[in-house]
Amino acid sequence: MTQHREESIHRPGVLIFITLFVLFAIFLLSQLAAETRLVPNAKLAEQPRFWPAIGVLSMVGFGLAQIALSWRVKTGWDPGEVAVWLRAFEYLAWFMAYVAVVPVMGYLAATVAFTTSLAFRQGYRDARSLGAAALLGLTIVLVFKTGLSVKIPGGAVYEYLPGPLRSFMIVNF
Amino acid sequence: MELLGSAILILARWDVVAALLVGSVGGVIIGAIPGVGAAVAIAILLPATFSLDPIVGLSALLGIYGSSMYGGAIPAILINTPGTAVNALTTYEGTPMTERGEARRALSLAYSASFCGAVFSIVCLILLSPVLAWIAPMFGSREIFLAALLGVILVVLAHRGQILLAGMMAGFGIWLNTIGLETLQYSQRYTFGQTWLSGGVDLIVVVLGVFAISQAFVLLVEPDKRAHAEPITGGLLSGFKELAVYKRVTAASGSFGVMMGMIPGVGEFTAQFLSYTYAQKTSKAPESFGKGSPEGLIASEAANNAVPAAAMIPLLALGIPGEALTAMMLSVFYVHNVIPGPGLFQNQLDFVVAIYLALLVLNVLVLVFLLFSTNILLKVIEAPTRFIGMAVLTLSFVGVYSLRNSAIDCAVAAGFGIFGFIMKRFSLPIVPIILGMVLGGIMEDKLRTSMMRVRTPFDFIDRPIAFMLFLIIIIVVASHAFGLWRAFRSSRESGR
Repeated sequence: MTQHREESIHRPGVLIFITLFVLFAIFLLSQLAAETRLVPNAKLAEQPRFWPAIGVLSMVGFGLAQIALSWRVKTGWDPGEVAVWLRAFEYLAWFMAYVAVVPVMGYLAATVAFTTSLAFRQGYRDARSLGAAALLGLTIVLVFKTGLSVKIPGGAVYEYLPGPLRSFMIVNF
Repeated sequence: MELLGSAILILARWDVVAALLVGSVGGVIIGAIPGVGAAVAIAILLPATFSLDPIVGLSALLGIYGSSMYGGAIPAILINTPGTAVNALTTYEGTPMTERGEARRALSLAYSASFCGAVFSIVCLILLSPVLAWIAPMFGSREIFLAALLGVILVVLAHRGQILLAGMMAGFGIWLNTIGLETLQYSQRYTFGQTWLSGGVDLIVVVLGVFAISQAFVLLVEPDKRAHAEPITGGLLSGFKELAVYKRVTAASGSFGVMMGMIPGVGEFTAQFLSYTYAQKTSKAPESFGKGSPEGLIASEAANNAVPAAAMIPLLALGIPGEALTAMMLSVFYVHNVIPGPGLFQNQLDFVVAIYLALLVLNVLVLVFLLFSTNILLKVIEAPTRFIGMAVLTLSFVGVYSLRNSAIDCAVAAGFGIFGFIMKRFSLPIVPIILGMVLGGIMEDKLRTSMMRVRTPFDFIDRPIAFMLFLIIIIVVASHAFGLWRAFRSSRESGR
């Protein structure tokens, strides 16, 4: 396990990731005075700045130490790894589109459309797989919204439905 | 006896029984799916449990926590792919056994060892209760602060080979927890003038991002993996008979699981490593380890299943979670205004005993379920991984959006999803972020409270437990520093 962990931090791209993270931490450290208060006559532990400082200093300190240790190991640069990172952004966009559509189309329609279209994007083109994806979406809605009554508001399109059906859809789907 | 009766009354409700059933069966299924795991499932289900009674919500989550490792053993044994990370060691012995046609024996041994490890741990928990109830009130603010500090240190040091990164991520977690309005001096911290940051970064949003959404991304970007496992024929109860032959290994592994489970930040991996090493060193056939040794399989499964119950000890007695899953469960307690810690043992001992009993019942449920449904679970193992990724992403939405219907929460969770995805690609430590958030909050709160009664630094450790915890912190840090120095010296000597 230890050996695997040591090897994993020497993979191409890790140093870039850690460097970006440490740069972010240094930015936070530069903002410490502006973004936190120092209260006169208050004890150190009661200062609003104390714990953010501990967190940010740990990020910077440990991060710089890690960079110093990793610097001598030539890990190289793997453009393929960055391509994989970018592929994940596509699914982030899918997810955010789904988030945007739910309040408009309603949870049921948006979820079934999301699972089916994402399955299609994933290369599942046969009717059985697409049907299974639609069924998955339906099941999720039935379990969480209809069954467990989780807090997800009805879609804007439900406003166009007749009275009793509108209430039914808002409560259950 | 009256206490036991009261605890049984708490559990004897149809919704608690249903939650236990759904949690334990669901946990086995989730555990059997390679690449999902209990953390993802608990993260997704967490907000859904907020509307339930604490005991109902906790029963469901405990069900998943306690049963996922049973399910994880199935793909570990049959297709050489651990269902959950902690079943990795099981593949060393389970796969060779399957290859020589002993799949049924391996599964049966895994189920029985898991069951015995878990029950052993629960019995220890019940026996320890009076001791905990006696000790817990001795923990004041400064003791809880020191215990939380020890937890952070142990979590960081447990990531051998990545200690600096673990420290960096724990710091990140501590910083994340400070964002928003601070309630003592009423000042904003790191909000950058953004009103949506005033409420802080919700733990659940981070948990869902780094565990669930990131895992969905991992599964979606990788090519589909489809496994095939041969159906099992014959009964699966014979493992209990064989377990009697290896009772010493079973008991030792269960004990390692209990001890390691109680220590924050240590958990399943160390317990498994210690019990596996012990089993190998004391075995009459140490050469068979790695080639399908039943003792190795028992050591791995008994140890990892003994951990969940033991991990509840620091959570219930001190309100300090030792790892990510108990940190998630802590939020269920907080939502319902049930504050785990010394007061819980003093005022709601029946609730604590009910949790122990729930753990016991769920293990029985899981065993019965597995005896009859292993072949059905093989279908779950065969599910295409990208399809599972899609399901996880869809379910993650429910988890985040149902918190407060905020698209910003979803965007933040998705951002943490990308962050977690990159960390998972490099096998970097994620758990310290969550524990940094939870323990950071506890440390801030308890340090402030305790400093009110402290004039000199020595006052901080003038009580026996505080002094003991301080001593343990010094010993842990010093022994680690000594180990580093020795490693440095030997590497210099070998370089000459």
